[in-house]
Amino acid sequence: MKAMIRLFALSLVLVMGLAAYAQAEDLLVYTALEDDEIPIYLELFNEMHPDINVQIVRDSTGIITAKILAEADNPQADVIWGTAATSLMLADQAGIVEPYAPAGLDRVRPAMRDANEVPHWVGIKAWMTGFCVNTIEMEALGLPTPSSFADLIDPVYKGQLIMPNPASSGTGFLTVSAILQMMGEEAGWEYLDALHENISRYTHSGSKPCKLAGSGETPIGISFAYRGFIQREKGEPVVTVFPEEGSGWDVEANALVKKAEIKDAARIFLDWAISPEVMELYARVYPVTAYDVGAPIPEGYPTDPEAQLIENDFQWAAANRARILEEWTNRYDGKSDPQ
Amino acid sequence: MPNGTLALGTRQQGFWQRVDSEVWIRRLLIALLCIWMLAVVVLPLGTLLSKSLVNQDGEFVGLANFIKYFQTPALSSSLGNSMFVAVLTTLISVSLGFGFAYALTRTCLPMKGMFKGLALTPIFAPTLLNGIALVYLFGRKGLITLGFFGHLDFLAVDIGLYGPVGIIISEVIFTFPQAMLILTIALSMTDARLYEASDSLGASKLRTFFTVTIPSIKYGLISAVFVCFILAFTDFGAPKVVGGNYNILATDIYKQVIGQQNFVMGAVVSVVLLVPTVLAFSVDRIVQRKQVSLIAAKSVPLIPKPEPLRDRIFLTFCSLIAFLIIAFYLTALFASLVKVWPYTIELGLWHYDFTGTGGGGYTAFFNSIRMALYSAAIGVGLTFASAYLIEKTRGLKALRGIAYFLSILPLALPGLVIGLAYIFFFNAPGWSFWGITIPNPLNFLYATMGILVMSNIVHFYTVSFLTATTALKQLDNEFETVSESMGVPFYRTFFRVTVPVCLPAVLEIFMYYFVNSMATVSAVIFLYSADTKLASVAVANMDDAGDIAPACAMAMLIVVANIAMRIIYGLVTKGAKRKTQAWTVR
Repeated sequence: MKAMIRLFALSLVLVMGLAAYAQAEDLLVYTALEDDEIPIYLELFNEMHPDINVQIVRDSTGIITAKILAEADNPQADVIWGTAATSLMLADQAGIVEPYAPAGLDRVRPAMRDANEVPHWVGIKAWMTGFCVNTIEMEALGLPTPSSFADLIDPVYKGQLIMPNPASSGTGFLTVSAILQMMGEEAGWEYLDALHENISRYTHSGSKPCKLAGSGETPIGISFAYRGFIQREKGEPVVTVFPEEGSGWDVEANALVKKAEIKDAARIFLDWAISPEVMELYARVYPVTAYDVGAPIPEGYPTDPEAQLIENDFQWAAANRARILEEWTNRYDGKSDPQ
Repeated sequence: MPNGTLALGTRQQGFWQRVDSEVWIRRLLIALLCIWMLAVVVLPLGTLLSKSLVNQDGEFVGLANFIKYFQTPALSSSLGNSMFVAVLTTLISVSLGFGFAYALTRTCLPMKGMFKGLALTPIFAPTLLNGIALVYLFGRKGLITLGFFGHLDFLAVDIGLYGPVGIIISEVIFTFPQAMLILTIALSMTDARLYEASDSLGASKLRTFFTVTIPSIKYGLISAVFVCFILAFTDFGAPKVVGGNYNILATDIYKQVIGQQNFVMGAVVSVVLLVPTVLAFSVDRIVQRKQVSLIAAKSVPLIPKPEPLRDRIFLTFCSLIAFLIIAFYLTALFASLVKVWPYTIELGLWHYDFTGTGGGGYTAFFNSIRMALYSAAIGVGLTFASAYLIEKTRGLKALRGIAYFLSILPLALPGLVIGLAYIFFFNAPGWSFWGITIPNPLNFLYATMGILVMSNIVHFYTVSFLTATTALKQLDNEFETVSESMGVPFYRTFFRVTVPVCLPAVLEIFMYYFVNSMATVSAVIFLYSADTKLASVAVANMDDAGDIAPACAMAMLIVVANIAMRIIYGLVTKGAKRKTQAWTVR
């Protein structure tokens, strides 16, 4: 019988161990910021708040959005950090957001925050469409460098473009949304039909087209500006092109998650996330931040980065997001033959 | 002699009481086993099925979701695509596997052990790595597409990797070892007397092949076909990397669940994926039941005689396959060490420093090792103990039948289905029936290491269970009878006799669990959490973000860990065999 008792004791210890494991308390942060940005910012946070153990769940914007919405009845995250404002508006509608005014809110420009007095979301920076163009491959293929959205539907680029899937990628969505807003819906979809003819495949994330351009898997990747500069810094032969018509953009914003038990650490994190210390770090690689910290415009961006941004109606984008994505999926997803 | 009778009487009573209580313990344990399998297989699966019949708000809608699915061409075309890929993979894999197995069993191939070992390499790799290696070989900037960076221009060829071509090549590499293993076993179970008879009746080689060889391995052949089909039909790692815009069911489930968190549609696609899989599984089971042993006591093992021409042809064939497999993984290793592929060919460990890439880096890697060790340790205990209870208990036929069926069932369940079913089942706060709410007692497991381990144990349960059963079948039931009559409790016999004698099988199951838990991505990608990030999931996430070189590096680490475990296993088995298997030597 001894062996049996031992066996039972062992399984008991095991179950208790598992239970203890499940109760570990941490600050759970959902974010769509880039993988190579996060450690830089977090290092600062850990220095300033060594007592808080931040756990990061990082994925593309669409996935983070869908995850938050799916967990609406039983929210897991404490804080949402650096995720598209259009997505946070949807989360807000689903009742997942607890309004919160972080310390230093008065510095944030009005366009970069929710209009409510106690805002439902607060922006940290804007990110925008950029084409990553591989100079070596373009030369080898004898292709002209595109300078606008209009150029991209030229048949010479057939099979030479890669773009993110807007259903999963925030960059993909803001680009599609910008095209529809700039051209109007009818002309916009016609343009996307023509663009589809040139696309060799759609990717899960917004950064992948740029990384694929960097490694020559495609000569041109529709991506976002930051990615192009970082890939170039890593020694890949890419230049970033800002479309003449203007770039689609969105605000990367933060929100507090409405839960039964809101941790103090969550508020501390949100205060920190718009503090001047971290804002300076954001500004090193992004030209448009929640407020001006007097940093020079990062190399390679247009001299007036704000003029590059299109007139963007976030309310419209958020309200029509589901419809646009369904239409997009019906038109372009699952076309098995990319030729 | 009243005293003597009395004494005898009490002793007998004690004996019967013990036997009685032993029967009860066994009954209890088998019942517990059934409850456990119900909780981790049947109930989650039931929850998944019920999810496919409700709308987003949880109202019952019958088959409406399935009607919507088949009316959406973007979704329903995937079923045909998956079928196409799986059937073609099966044809190629089983043919190649047969050739290789034939060489190993029926020819005088030199260095058979080495060839077999090399052919098994893909077992140690996550299927994502197959996709990644193909990108480095046949992608637009692949080694072969570029003609080895222009050094061997005449070899340059663009095969149009992204789409069915890439998926089929990866799946063939993935399923080939399985087909080869099954067919090697089938081919080695034969009776040389059949061939002697055929020969003396004047049958030609070809005739003998079709009238003796093929019929004698038909069950193995059928098994290999179904195993390859199921694996290729349900794998999602490789298609995710090289599928391009060619949608298949497995990537659709991922897109629906992870990409859009549309759990209902995810459940619907899972059921669509499950139906052909369960069908293939059932047909295989029914066919296998008809199998009768070809090996009789008088059987003579077939020892191949040298035949220079045939042997040389098979040597060439096997060398080619072994070379391709090794070259394939060496390319991946090389690519993981190159600074900026294809522009700066400098070798170094840049991509093995995972800071600045997603997925969790070395924390994830060591989490994976821990998870694989837990899965192996607990898995081996559970599968072996349950195989023992089912195999070595007399009576209780009905209960044992149920337990056996439940133990075989997981083989038909794709990892993605297990993962999704586990989300539904373990994340549910409770269930309401007619106004009565039952809280979910297993909810605490959600988002812990525990649920990952459990999903692995279930995912790889059946093969382990069958390995244990086979080993136990070779052990004479007399052991139980003797120990019972000597009044030794069964658990003592179990730990003192059964386990040591079956040690090779126990170790094999341990390794099987470890290797598969390290490499798997399908079930765990739905179940990992912020503090249980895993290496294989990191590979998937880094590939999603476009960090292909670090993804390749992480996949190589998984391969290295698995090969290390295989080496340890080899050493331990050698030592253990000497100690516990001495009885097999005369």
